[in-house]
Amino acid sequence: MNLFRTTLAACAAIIIGTAAIPAAQAAGGGTKPPEYPWSFDGPFGTFDRAQLQRGYKVFREVCSACHAMGLVRFRNLSQKGGPEFTEAQVRALAADFKIMDGPNEQGEMFERPGRPSDAFPKPFPNEQAARAANGGAYPPDMSVLAKARNYERGFPLFLFDILTQYQEGGPDYIKAVMTGYEDPPAGTTLQPGQNWNKYMPGNIIAMPNVLNDGQIEYPKGPDGKPSAPETAKQYAADVTAFLVWAAEPHMEQRKRIGFQVIVFLTLFAGLLYFTKKRIWSRLPEHAPGTH
Amino acid sequence: MSGPSTYVPKWGIAKWMDARLPLPRMVYDSFIAYPVPRNLNYFWTFGGILMLMLVSQIITGVVLAMHYTPHSTLAFNSVESIMRDVEYGWLIRYMHSTGASFFFIAVYIHIFRGLYYGSYKAPREVLWILGCIIFLLMMATAFMGYVLPWGQMSFWGATVITNLFSAIPLVGETIVTFLWGGYSVDNPTLTRFFSLHFLLPFMIFGVVILHVWALHVTGQNNPTGVEVKAVQKDTVPFTPYATIKDAFAMICFFVVFSYFIFYMPNYLGHADNYVQANPAVTPPHIVPEWYFLPFYAILRAVPDKLGGVMLMGAAVVILAFLPWLDTSKVKSMRYRPLARQCFWAFAVTCVVLGWLGSRPAEQPYVLLSQIFSALYFAYFLIALPLLGLFETPNKLPGSIAESVLSKIKGGSAAAVGAAAASEPNTKG
Repeated sequence: MNLFRTTLAACAAIIIGTAAIPAAQAAGGGTKPPEYPWSFDGPFGTFDRAQLQRGYKVFREVCSACHAMGLVRFRNLSQKGGPEFTEAQVRALAADFKIMDGPNEQGEMFERPGRPSDAFPKPFPNEQAARAANGGAYPPDMSVLAKARNYERGFPLFLFDILTQYQEGGPDYIKAVMTGYEDPPAGTTLQPGQNWNKYMPGNIIAMPNVLNDGQIEYPKGPDGKPSAPETAKQYAADVTAFLVWAAEPHMEQRKRIGFQVIVFLTLFAGLLYFTKKRIWSRLPEHAPGTH
Repeated sequence: MSGPSTYVPKWGIAKWMDARLPLPRMVYDSFIAYPVPRNLNYFWTFGGILMLMLVSQIITGVVLAMHYTPHSTLAFNSVESIMRDVEYGWLIRYMHSTGASFFFIAVYIHIFRGLYYGSYKAPREVLWILGCIIFLLMMATAFMGYVLPWGQMSFWGATVITNLFSAIPLVGETIVTFLWGGYSVDNPTLTRFFSLHFLLPFMIFGVVILHVWALHVTGQNNPTGVEVKAVQKDTVPFTPYATIKDAFAMICFFVVFSYFIFYMPNYLGHADNYVQANPAVTPPHIVPEWYFLPFYAILRAVPDKLGGVMLMGAAVVILAFLPWLDTSKVKSMRYRPLARQCFWAFAVTCVVLGWLGSRPAEQPYVLLSQIFSALYFAYFLIALPLLGLFETPNKLPGSIAESVLSKIKGGSAAAVGAAAASEPNTKG
């Protein structure tokens, strides 16, 4: 096995030696975001309803000024496994918006209050209008943003992720970017409309810092205090959780069914194993004591 | 191997059918009485697992096609509507997308099993080549399927891969225009890829039937590589022995498969594919799906485009020539100490090439890709042809039954085995 061992050792040395390179490159482009303990982590993770409801409030009051979320409908907000607003609340939330509908029988477009079946209205009529209003940058649709962002885990972390079920690269990155604004390092001059962000690849981001402490009022508990800290960090976590739900509205059902399926299949495999042993023991040389 | 049919129709209707279209006889001979070497290990269950994966992909794929819209402006959102609004659409879609990866996991295990135990050698050359054709069709199908969600990686992956054909002298540009249905990857590309992605799995199914047919003519290879000598002693009937073992292995495979479907559905994919295709924005780092990475590394190892394409093509095609490149008369690497080391070095080479394929095309990765591409081809072109001439194989057991017995009885039978050991099997 000498040849094999030598090859293996050489390969291991090469991989370990060069594995440091992407990390170094990534550091030039953006720092690795910290891992946040999300309520939806792991095989039994579920969304925190109150957090999703707060996240909706942050989205509604801050993000939705520039970002669309065109694939989510108001009715989704009352579905199981989501923020679970009551249907009456959803009707009220939808009615907050004016929706362009039509044409009516006179052939004219008209505005009406939103209904639960409506998709979240978009802040701009088209991409050009969005760019014109945002200094040339196009704020992406947020419907699947939490799945569309990630950062490189690198070797060997990406292998351990299979066992730890770490798949919150998207939310960790998004939360980090929202709270990652800094003054640019000395000697760097930013163009108008550019901002410096520690976690953004390349560090330059068009989106300004939008979350500040105390900016959004959270529902008050019975003691008159807000139900969660009104800090930028908390806002970022809450709206990120909301984005994860928006991107994966059936996540809770998926993990729940997954557990049932895996338990069932494991038991089934166990039964098949013993059946197999029994059947193969019919062969003379497999039967104990015949030789 | 199949031998004369032992099927005896019991009922009147079965006799009537047997005289007209002996379908029950075929099923009986192929899946019940069919003799299977008794010493097969669990690596031999992957054929059945692959059959199951193909059927699973076809069923989920047909359901997905009912809800999918093949149009460049609608495809992305139609996939999202499957994920959100179709009842259990998320399950069907994740089964299909994760299923593609698990299909390749199974096929790679299946191929490496064939490489280790010399399953490509006479008399199984045609069986092996049919397998190579299936592998090629699988690659084409998976590539076109990945384009359908019309995300950024779909679009740019399609652009990079179809552009490879432009390297062909004289007709390259024409071929690319023909593949695209225009002058860039666009709606006509998507619609033809959708059509072909629906068609190819059924072609795979057709070649799989030939593959199984060829298998049932020659019979299975086995871990010793010694051919079946006495059906009574060396084999067991497919049912119940192989059926129950395959069923157990399939369910175990599905436990792992389910783990990914339900807990890590996007782990094997790429985040950029959740961004809708945009011809104006190139992703910073275009990478194919993991199962193409070794070939992608070989492609990029050559600075010349045509050379890279040819080398990548050769990396796949060379598999089909394996029955004649390996000159050894001994099938199983169990009895080939040197070849066994080369095999494991080759396996590690493939993994390293996969990792290199995921790196950006810059130094030192390009140099490493060149070194490991050379090692990849060295296995086929240097190691296997030469080892057969210079290597002294260990003694083979006299028969399958003997190898099984020696394992059970330990030392005493091993002595018998050594005494009865025959000459290595000849090639023809």
